[in-house]
Amino acid sequence: MSSRDPGQAAALDRRDLAWYVDKLAQILVFIGGISGIILILGIFVFIGSEGLPFIVSKLNIGEFFTSPLWRPTSEANPTYGILALMAGTASVTGLAMVVAVPFSLGAAIYIAEFARGRTREVLKVLVEMLAAIPSVVWGFIGLSIMNPVIIKLFNVPVGLNVLNAGFILGLMAAPIMTTIAEDALKAVPEGYREAAEAMGATRWQVVRNVVLPAAKSGLVAAVLLGVGRGFGETMAVLMASGHSINLPTSPFDSVRALTATIAAELGETAVGSDHYRVLFTLGILLFLVTFVINLTADLVVRGIGKK
Amino acid sequence: MKKLSALLIAVALIGCGSRSDKGGSGGRTLIQNKGSDTLVNVAQAWAETYKEVDRNVAVAVTGGGSGTGISAMINGTVDIANASRKMKDSEIEAARGNGIEPVEWVVGYDAIAVYVHVDNPVESFSLEQLAGIYGDGGATEAWSDLGLEIPGCDSSEIVRVSRQNNSGTYAYFKQAVLGKTGEYKLGSRDMHGSKDAVDLVHNTPCAIGYSGLAYATDDVKMPCVSRGEGTECVAPTVATASDGSYPIARPLLMYTAGQPEGAIKTYLDWILSDVGQCIILEKGYAPVRAVSCEEPA
Repeated sequence: MSSRDPGQAAALDRRDLAWYVDKLAQILVFIGGISGIILILGIFVFIGSEGLPFIVSKLNIGEFFTSPLWRPTSEANPTYGILALMAGTASVTGLAMVVAVPFSLGAAIYIAEFARGRTREVLKVLVEMLAAIPSVVWGFIGLSIMNPVIIKLFNVPVGLNVLNAGFILGLMAAPIMTTIAEDALKAVPEGYREAAEAMGATRWQVVRNVVLPAAKSGLVAAVLLGVGRGFGETMAVLMASGHSINLPTSPFDSVRALTATIAAELGETAVGSDHYRVLFTLGILLFLVTFVINLTADLVVRGIGKK
Repeated sequence: MKKLSALLIAVALIGCGSRSDKGGSGGRTLIQNKGSDTLVNVAQAWAETYKEVDRNVAVAVTGGGSGTGISAMINGTVDIANASRKMKDSEIEAARGNGIEPVEWVVGYDAIAVYVHVDNPVESFSLEQLAGIYGDGGATEAWSDLGLEIPGCDSSEIVRVSRQNNSGTYAYFKQAVLGKTGEYKLGSRDMHGSKDAVDLVHNTPCAIGYSGLAYATDDVKMPCVSRGEGTECVAPTVATASDGSYPIARPLLMYTAGQPEGAIKTYLDWILSDVGQCIILEKGYAPVRAVSCEEPA
């Protein structure tokens, strides 16, 4: 029964209602399965066709990547330099990881290795609830609560800056990182822990010397996905970063992110204008970067199996 | 009443088939009106009231921003486009390319007030001072440069609050304060929406910002603005925007495709009449001339 050739099996099937239902289900599942691929190709073709003609014909690539002057609506002399925008995105994402990595890895280790019973369940639910807070709410917290707090605490002129956006983004990225890191820790076979404990290792020694090294690639993937999350986040960063074109030299400088620039400006640009095209060019750039980050994370996870 | 007006619009749609706005003889007419979010509330109020003036005309109002209205005018899909900025030369060219000659109508004024924190002791700004703060190449970076000391702002740094670069307010403030060829100094906090800009100034002792007068709250201070040193300093109000004495008041515009005729002309004339101008005043903007309005009963 199990080793029969599938073609032969199909020929032997009766064409009754169950057979048609089965075929229909197969087709629906197939469409569902490949829809992701079709959508992603469609999106890439769309942003490519909107952005590519501009890149090829008009964009000064050198100026694009090295100039901090972003003045797309200037009538006399528009400049399209994204150095400051890239620095903004990088600094906010970087600080977010400084906040999120210890927080989420700590939470994941505690939930997977130390917490038991109710504590563990409650913690898991709470961490996942953090992920359910809409980003505009995070942005609102940044704008109206964190801003005055940062001004008072650090005695700086304005609280909408890298610190504010990075902290908020860190809290936003932490839940997904915690969940993935916890899965990675859980995937370490129980036998490893038992063997280590049998040799007299304490709980912490087991975690540090056995579980963490074994789950290393999963943990790296968790961090990378967090970076991808930070890179793509728009609304909260738009509201909390100050949205200011600036090359940051300290966490208290306001910055502007690539994503926030697209969100703020695309709405009222004339379709087909240079400004419109250059925003799609930013879209292509973001798409490529997140694609590379996610691909790397995927390859790292697959690395586990090869060892 | 709601049902009746819905019916009226439906009848108007069926009745005219193609928009019969050019002739307007006898048949019911639908006027398409689209554009600026600054003007959308006023435009809706006009459309509502006009239903009672002429039952044969229905005005459909949509927002979306000045840019949206202007592109619709270029593409010939609206009868009247609302805008809080003038059409750019390139946009007028594009419209002419489609055989449309846009005609501009000033239907009101909006004062753009300069906002500072309530603790800021500043009482007045000259346009020159504002250009020094906001303009590219302007040397004013600290409140101490203006001889001011602000409680809660120890660093004295001027935190410039601006708007996203496709906003009509951004474009008008640039033109009025920095001149035609001026550019903003980079590094301002570019808020998305007038309300966010006012909020940030309210929360930040070192801040300065600008927004339409209609967004004023009790939590921020609006200093008066003078055209230059020694000239009179004018406070932003509906009256000073209307008589042109406030230096940063922008016209609120409507564009028609060619000289309007029939129903569109009647509608525009009505908007510019005392009745129409009293409605814009009621919504917090300045009328094009002094009008005497009865208090609403």
